[in-house]
Amino acid sequence: MSIEPAAILSGVTKSYQMDAVEVPVLRGIDLLIRPGQFTVLLGPSGSGKTTLLNMVGCVDRADRGDVVVAGQPINTMSDDALADFRAANIGFIFQNFNLIPVLTAFENIEYPLILAGMPVDRRRRRVTRLLAAVGLADHAANLPGQLSGGQRQRVAIARALVRRPKLVIADEPTANLDSRTGEAVLNLMRHMQLHYKISFLFSSHDRSLMKAADDLVTMKDGVIQSIRRKAAEVEPDNDAGSTLPAPADDNG
Amino acid sequence: MADLLLAVRNLLRNRRRSASTLIALAIGLTSILLFSGFKANLGATMLTAVVRAGGHIQVQHRDYFLFGGGNPGAYGIAGYNPLVQAIRNDAVLGPLVSVVTPMMRFGGLAGNFEAGISRTVIGTGYVAEDVSRMRQWNEYGIPVLRPKFPLEDTPADSAIVGVGVARVLQLCAPLQIANCPVPKGTAATPAKTGPVKKLPDDIAALAMSENAAQPASKGHGARLELLSSSARGAPNVAALNVVAAEDQVFKELDEVAVLVHLGHAQRLVFGRAPPQATAVMVLLPKTANLAAATARLEQIVAGLPGGGDLAVRSFVELNPFYAQSEKLFDFIFGFIFVLIGGIVLFTVSNTMNTAVVERTIEIGTLRAIGLRQSGIRRLFLLEGFMLGCAGAVLGLVMAVLLGEVVNISGLTWLPPGSSEQLPLQLRVLGDGPIVAGTTFGLIAIATLSAWWPALRAAQLKIVEALRHA
Repeated sequence: MSIEPAAILSGVTKSYQMDAVEVPVLRGIDLLIRPGQFTVLLGPSGSGKTTLLNMVGCVDRADRGDVVVAGQPINTMSDDALADFRAANIGFIFQNFNLIPVLTAFENIEYPLILAGMPVDRRRRRVTRLLAAVGLADHAANLPGQLSGGQRQRVAIARALVRRPKLVIADEPTANLDSRTGEAVLNLMRHMQLHYKISFLFSSHDRSLMKAADDLVTMKDGVIQSIRRKAAEVEPDNDAGSTLPAPADDNG
Repeated sequence: MADLLLAVRNLLRNRRRSASTLIALAIGLTSILLFSGFKANLGATMLTAVVRAGGHIQVQHRDYFLFGGGNPGAYGIAGYNPLVQAIRNDAVLGPLVSVVTPMMRFGGLAGNFEAGISRTVIGTGYVAEDVSRMRQWNEYGIPVLRPKFPLEDTPADSAIVGVGVARVLQLCAPLQIANCPVPKGTAATPAKTGPVKKLPDDIAALAMSENAAQPASKGHGARLELLSSSARGAPNVAALNVVAAEDQVFKELDEVAVLVHLGHAQRLVFGRAPPQATAVMVLLPKTANLAAATARLEQIVAGLPGGGDLAVRSFVELNPFYAQSEKLFDFIFGFIFVLIGGIVLFTVSNTMNTAVVERTIEIGTLRAIGLRQSGIRRLFLLEGFMLGCAGAVLGLVMAVLLGEVVNISGLTWLPPGSSEQLPLQLRVLGDGPIVAGTTFGLIAIATLSAWWPALRAAQLKIVEALRHA
């Protein structure tokens, strides 16, 4: 397992323009996402969880502050470089699954590998193994519309993991599932995270997920209220990240 | 490959919308190609008419075209026979030509003295056998062949007149021309019902001296005297036996045309002086050889004594009406293409814009998992291109089928340059470059129509696209 932090955010602020009003969403976030850990962002709606996920997932840029993901500062990357970076390093699991509706389960999982230019034999083997791992070997040829919510989210998990990314971003992945299915999906993600030793950054407003988290980051009104890591709970310092734990310590 | 798969599946995903766009494209292309087929047939018909009448190329005195219409003595070609032989015997040009024949055009006054009527005419002297062969030229398979030239195998004093000349000179009855009106108060057959006017003595004497060497032939009784000035300015008359009247299509021409044997025309104008021609007509089996034949002919002409006074002119130059008609139809074709292209542009653009809105979240997802902006652009452009290709294939098939239906339907029309109704033929595939240009042009428009929606899709912010409800 890599000891490099999955992501480091230093003094990150982000505002959105709503009509004529500028609404601050993140207010000087300092955060270190430990590698190979299951990090849960917890907080009510509007607390800035999704925006923080977007920053770490490299699909949005900070107004101010630095974002380093998998050792790469992303603020200065071009749009194309960022797309390539996401393809190689980040997997996404969305609340609404966001599968491509015209592709089968197999093709949805295969698509990121096609983007990577992987030879057809290798990618087919990998997709087949992953489909089996998420328990959908018999549904490879099904279109998303022919799958249940839980099955779709399993396909989405497989798609997120297929390129073996360094970090998986999951934005409330169980929110649209019933509690039993949600729990099964959560267990699957936890299992995959342990198996593949991939960092997971997971947002939810469901406090029952606290048990599953290695690291629990609680947010409110665009600021981090607390960070509880497996080893110890620390108070956040939103001033330039100088008190962030060093990666080596954080891994410990 | 993934792009292609996604594009195809996305087009099939909303079958009704794709089908309606496809049909709009296909109908657009079909309309253009049917008009193109009509235009191609019209062009072929007109080209056939003008080439049958005057050949592909004519060699004339360099000033004849602009100044010499009524003056064969001043603008004739004295040594036309060596020119004809040089063309026929040339190793390069010879195989490219099928007819090389001289002609002579002159002005005169034609009179039916029995009816007491005369009028100015334009006489043309032809080698009848050559003109017969020219009239059989049919490179484009025009469905109606022109009959044999009526002057062929007739005595030297025979003539053909335009139906208008026959009408004006009241020769319809002896020539048995149907639907030929006569002026009020005039009998249809003045020879039988009215007082017979005698040919004036001076004109009769001139005609007798001109025809002294050849006895007058038997005819239907339709005779006219053709008065012209000789090359030296003296009046000369030929007594002609009119064997037929032919519609010359254009009223102005129909009322002045008198066609005679070349030798007779030359005797009338040049008397016993060496005969001249006003043009040497060259007919090619293949119009495609026009440029090569013209270039070679110019070399041959330049090498002949006095060749510097001659000019080589193509049928396009000699028939401004043909060239203007072609330009007019090209313009109409271009106008229709632009109109239909605009409709196609808006139809495809609308379809693609709707697709972008519908697939906003999908676009955000694809971008999030690593597809570049260019990949999104490519995806929508590919969809536009595929719609264009499918519409083009469908449109082409529809155009060919509809063209065949029209071709076998027996519809007729009266084209310019023809005096008779012709079967309506649509040469949908007749003009290869036009068909290819139209088809690929429409595919390009369909692809271009997707450009703006594709650009818009590619520039969507990922987070906003993912939030799209």
